[in-house]
Amino acid sequence: MNKNKEQLLNKRYKAEQRFRLYGLSAIFMALLFLTIFIFKIFSTGYSAFQKTWLIVPVTFDAELMMLDQNPSKEDLQDADYYDIALKSMADLDPNANEDQENELKRMVSYFFEKEIKNELLNDPNLIGKTKEVYLTASDDLDQVFKGNYPRDLPEDQRRVSDYQLKIFDQLVANGKVESKFNISFFTNADSREAELAGIASSFMGSIFSILVCLMIAFPVAVLAAIYLEEFAPKNRFTDFIEVNINNLAAVPSIVFGLLGLGVLLAIFHLPRSTPLVGGITLSLMTLPTIIIAARASLKAVPPSIREAALAMGASRMQTTMHHTVPLSMPGTLSGTIIGLAQALGETAPLILIGMVAFVNTIPGSPMDPAASLPVQIYIWAESAERGFVEKVSACIMVLLGFLIIMNLFAQIIRHKFEKKWS
Amino acid sequence: MNLILFTFIVLLGFTSYYFGRKKAYTIQSTKKRLTALPQFYGYYLAIWCAIPAFIIFSLWAIFEPTIVKLLILSDYSNQGYLDDELNLLYEKSKALSRGQFTGEITPFIEASAEKYLSLRSIAQSSKVVIVLSAIIASVVYAYKRISSNSRTREPVEKFLNAVLFTASLAAILTTVGIVFSLIFQTIDFFKVIPLFDFVFGTHWYPAKAFVRDSSEALDPTMYSDTFGAVPIFAGTFFIAFIAMCVAIPIGLMSGIYLAEYASTKVRQYAKPLIEILAGIPTVVYGFFAALTVGPFLKELGTSMGLEVSAESALAAGGVMGIMIIPFISSLSDDVITSVPQSLRDGSYAIGATKSETIKRVIFPAALPGIVGSILLGVSRAIGETMIVVMASGLAANLTLNPLESTSTITAQIVVILIGDQAFGDPKTQAAFALGMSLFLVTLCLNIVALRVVKKYREKYE
Repeated sequence: MNKNKEQLLNKRYKAEQRFRLYGLSAIFMALLFLTIFIFKIFSTGYSAFQKTWLIVPVTFDAELMMLDQNPSKEDLQDADYYDIALKSMADLDPNANEDQENELKRMVSYFFEKEIKNELLNDPNLIGKTKEVYLTASDDLDQVFKGNYPRDLPEDQRRVSDYQLKIFDQLVANGKVESKFNISFFTNADSREAELAGIASSFMGSIFSILVCLMIAFPVAVLAAIYLEEFAPKNRFTDFIEVNINNLAAVPSIVFGLLGLGVLLAIFHLPRSTPLVGGITLSLMTLPTIIIAARASLKAVPPSIREAALAMGASRMQTTMHHTVPLSMPGTLSGTIIGLAQALGETAPLILIGMVAFVNTIPGSPMDPAASLPVQIYIWAESAERGFVEKVSACIMVLLGFLIIMNLFAQIIRHKFEKKWS
Repeated sequence: MNLILFTFIVLLGFTSYYFGRKKAYTIQSTKKRLTALPQFYGYYLAIWCAIPAFIIFSLWAIFEPTIVKLLILSDYSNQGYLDDELNLLYEKSKALSRGQFTGEITPFIEASAEKYLSLRSIAQSSKVVIVLSAIIASVVYAYKRISSNSRTREPVEKFLNAVLFTASLAAILTTVGIVFSLIFQTIDFFKVIPLFDFVFGTHWYPAKAFVRDSSEALDPTMYSDTFGAVPIFAGTFFIAFIAMCVAIPIGLMSGIYLAEYASTKVRQYAKPLIEILAGIPTVVYGFFAALTVGPFLKELGTSMGLEVSAESALAAGGVMGIMIIPFISSLSDDVITSVPQSLRDGSYAIGATKSETIKRVIFPAALPGIVGSILLGVSRAIGETMIVVMASGLAANLTLNPLESTSTITAQIVVILIGDQAFGDPKTQAAFALGMSLFLVTLCLNIVALRVVKKYREKYE
């Protein structure tokens, strides 16, 4: 009998331990996913911050460039650089036939002509001389150099031919291939060519959208929260507003995209694909988040503050505006930043209002067509070229970096400035 | 032009604030008692300056384009044009006046363009005149009021109160906007496609409904068997189901562990770390699912002799589940912590172990809240877009095999609406109809979930 009891107790203790283990492993799983996730993004993305350059000797032959003696600045601008650019690539292999020359040309980006031109514009004395110029390697060679490209594939499944690889290996052996920090990733707009594509246009698009979103959502949300928390009478109508806000906070983001498309574009005829429309759409989405945060922090201000102000003869409006609202600001601000961080990562509504258009210029105002960082991630992730994979990961790293900074900022505001009432 | 006028009005507002306050000081210096603090005199004047400007600006923005259009099109009224052609003519002359017109320029259009420009300039200058005179009139009126030292604080506060109230209507306006933008397109859609075919049809090929000209659009036989949404709805719930299979056990167990077992130190670090999962943008999850999880599952399946699509429902659903973990864990954590301590103490007192207490006492007590959090998670899974667009297929298969690709409501909306859309095309309208069903489903889920959670909270407060 006694033994039986002990067995039962043991069984119960074992069940207890098992249950505890389940809980621990659940947390472990969640954290494992997070780690794999971050590891994967970083391991594929970090190489995008490096860019491969081929160092190619270029002879600035005045005749090939169709230049006269003592050319002016304009002449240099208008000169024909294609021939010398082509020739310098072809000279890498003196025995190359026509097909091979073409392949040689494709070892660098199509931008190589411009790069040679810039070199000469910087130093006009180069005419007639030979200089080694840094040329952006094509994205495939870039990937080969970074070791992301399987060289053992059969040739017809690769975008890099055996011949190109041979020449490339010669260049590597001669130390004519260099890897440097990829500035153009941050300064270039999007491009169809992976080696030239950068995040500048989508970054500016994101900044503009977030600014528009902030300028609309913040004032409206704060005013609405003040009304609902401090002035609204308790009746059916304000209850309805409240239910509305809570529901809006849980409406799928793509529905806001449909709203932007159906109302802002179709009825108000605002310009498509612009951060203006994107920002308005995002502001409608973040509105409930900010209202909820602002109400919570207004609620946290103790009634004694209000009572003291009222007792001193302040009107209700003065009490609210001079005392309650300033005291609630830290909480409101950190809620706003978190709402904006959400908006910054939002993709689907922006796709619907056309911010997926291919934009190869950097937008200068919210009225210019633009993409945004998350949309850029989507665009690049959908394109087949291998060179874009690391770009996507790098873009994700930039985006996550911003989100982390914003969230940290929100935390700091909350901890530094929020008054603890007790 | 508008910007200059606007800046000018803002400046006027500031000056009138200054003059109002100054007037209050002069009243004070005559030993009269002020009815409010001096700045209220300033606010009063500034508000009287801003209101007429705002009203006229908005009226102008609403009516100017229509009136200009009417005036221009009155030239063409007797020539038997159709409405669409008139609209086109108007757009053409507008584009020409901006110098953006690239088509053939006829003398008619050129004349309209000139007329358009002249009308616009007349409108602009009359706007300036009207706005400025209205401001002056209202400011003079208001100045007289403060000079007689009548009340200023009450009107100013009433005005502020009205502003606050208007702001709080924004949420309702947004909801109205959503319903408004969805409902008309949806109604148009169901005029062409019978509701029955949409809800019970099993073939979804919107690409088939490519309309070449408007006469085809009216031929309903063309659309039979193209807009049956059953595969889409099934795919949506199927992927959400897979997601919940991942999210519920992990989320719930970690919520329970954090609330009942974890030391404060573990809780302090583990909780925010898990919540990071909720802060990662969904497009990043989509990329992860498409690049890593999909190929991984495919390889795993091939090694076990299974045929796995690279864009399987399992990959999308699984990754979506990871995304939902923190929603469920945080909410159930909150819910469990708010179960009163007395229930626990009672259970321990009769000799129950911790896990028995959790399973038999706390879990039943917290069940409504947990159900609410799961429902919110389901609503999120149904509305999730990017993961599905990037990691699951875009072709709508009616299947219950998690290794094949399926499609969801959200993915189809994106597929249909990406790029240029023609309003009035059943394909575009189909996207709005899908959006409407998505909105309704998530709305019901949210209302039920929020109500359940609220009821539960009230029970223990």
